[in-house]
Amino acid sequence: MPVARWLFVLTATCLLAFVVACGNEEDDSGKIILATTTSTYDTGLLDEIVARFEDKTGITVKVIAVGTGAALRMAGEGNADAILVHAPEAEAPYVANGDLILGRLVMTNDFIVVGPFDDPAGAASAPDLFSALASIASDGSFVSRGDDSGTHKKELALWAAAGIDVDTLSREETGQGMGATLTIASERRAYTLTDRATYLALHEALDLAVLVEGDVGLINFYRAYVVNPIRHEGVAVEQAKAFIRFLLDPETQALIGRFRATELGQPLFTPADESEIGGS
Amino acid sequence: MGAIWEGLVEAVRLIGTGDGELYSIAGRSLLVSGSATALAMLVGVPAGYVLGRARFPARTLILAGVATGMGMPPVVAGLVIWLLFVRSGPFGGLELIYTKQAIIIVQFFIATPLVIAFTAASIQSLPTRLPDLLAVLGAGRLQTLWLLAREARLGLLAAVMAGFGAVVSEVGASMAVGGNLVGDTRVLTTAIVTETSRADTERAIAYGLVLLAIAFAIVTVLTVVQQRSPR
Repeated sequence: MPVARWLFVLTATCLLAFVVACGNEEDDSGKIILATTTSTYDTGLLDEIVARFEDKTGITVKVIAVGTGAALRMAGEGNADAILVHAPEAEAPYVANGDLILGRLVMTNDFIVVGPFDDPAGAASAPDLFSALASIASDGSFVSRGDDSGTHKKELALWAAAGIDVDTLSREETGQGMGATLTIASERRAYTLTDRATYLALHEALDLAVLVEGDVGLINFYRAYVVNPIRHEGVAVEQAKAFIRFLLDPETQALIGRFRATELGQPLFTPADESEIGGS
Repeated sequence: MGAIWEGLVEAVRLIGTGDGELYSIAGRSLLVSGSATALAMLVGVPAGYVLGRARFPARTLILAGVATGMGMPPVVAGLVIWLLFVRSGPFGGLELIYTKQAIIIVQFFIATPLVIAFTAASIQSLPTRLPDLLAVLGAGRLQTLWLLAREARLGLLAAVMAGFGAVVSEVGASMAVGGNLVGDTRVLTTAIVTETSRADTERAIAYGLVLLAIAFAIVTVLTVVQQRSPR
């Protein structure tokens, strides 16, 4: 008898819990789904911005950290309300066909090439970005995101611009986010391309040095868009607009500029209102 | 080795100081996986009973299907439920994607085949004539079911343990349909993924320890109950 009763009580308790779990929704200010790049997420920046936004407006933001490619596809199918991405070439067709509207530059930082401190391929001493890539191609191994993210797209574009065929490289794809890919590159004594923010946030746990930086081709543009409510039913357009307005609010921009800057010795992101390129 | 040790020390400190985030995530894991397991029992035990007891043509095929379901990677279940419940999917209008309910649904589908299979096996191991015997002794229909469930209790407890163990430790499906949202759908396993990619090894280890502790505590309680019961 006791066992059967036990089972019964256990099941009943769990079902009660289920009812509780389902009952605690939700205030009526609305909610949005924000599909975003992993870099803004792994640094912890979005946690902080979203918490402030929710406090201020009561709108719930569901941050889904995927790569830029996946975020764009979610927008293209109407599965998100707003996106924050960093691959201008990949964004363009979605803007052109009207899936994405109200695009705004939110912040910039830069891509850097990192690799082992002893730099076996001599990338750091190369005169420019493309010859650094060429030296890695001939004497180093490279770890790629391989996940259709903004950084992955950037990496492929750089190889192509440098005239290097990726199939000839000693190159492996992780299919994972920036944090995981940096760790793998570090363990394998390989080179990789990363946004500066994720590298700075994690560099203490990595055996990777910044080897190539400062080229104008390495600027990383983060843009936010609203998903077009005319093309996709059910988009919470007012809430999404409010979120993007909040991103561009001077106070938020100042927060972006100083986010973890003291702790890590330099800023992770440059807010759009300070970047020389300016908003779009 | 140093990192592991430091991680363990910090993990114990987080657990000991009642770290709010840790306990709320652990509570959520229990709530979500407990609910999913309970729902799986509700459906899986009767289904397993029928499959274990009745004889009908498609039975073997269904049992094979259930066994396949047991081996299905959770991340595949996650993908299917995501496609069904995402806004552009057939059930998108329910707005369940990226909620705790979505995780409960996907975990229900992961746990149910396990519950069915364990229940069917334990019912099947009872003597075939037992129901007839009970009927002869004057038991009604419901009473017969209840008595059979009692006889099969060890198997049913194993079904709970297997179902709960599978869903509480599963990460891919919860990540896909829950979205790993802070303070909302972040459970222990997805939190471990996040903290690992943020290189916060201490927290990752702390969450791992709590996950192990939960699994251990639940299985211990159920095992004690199982072993104490007179046969």
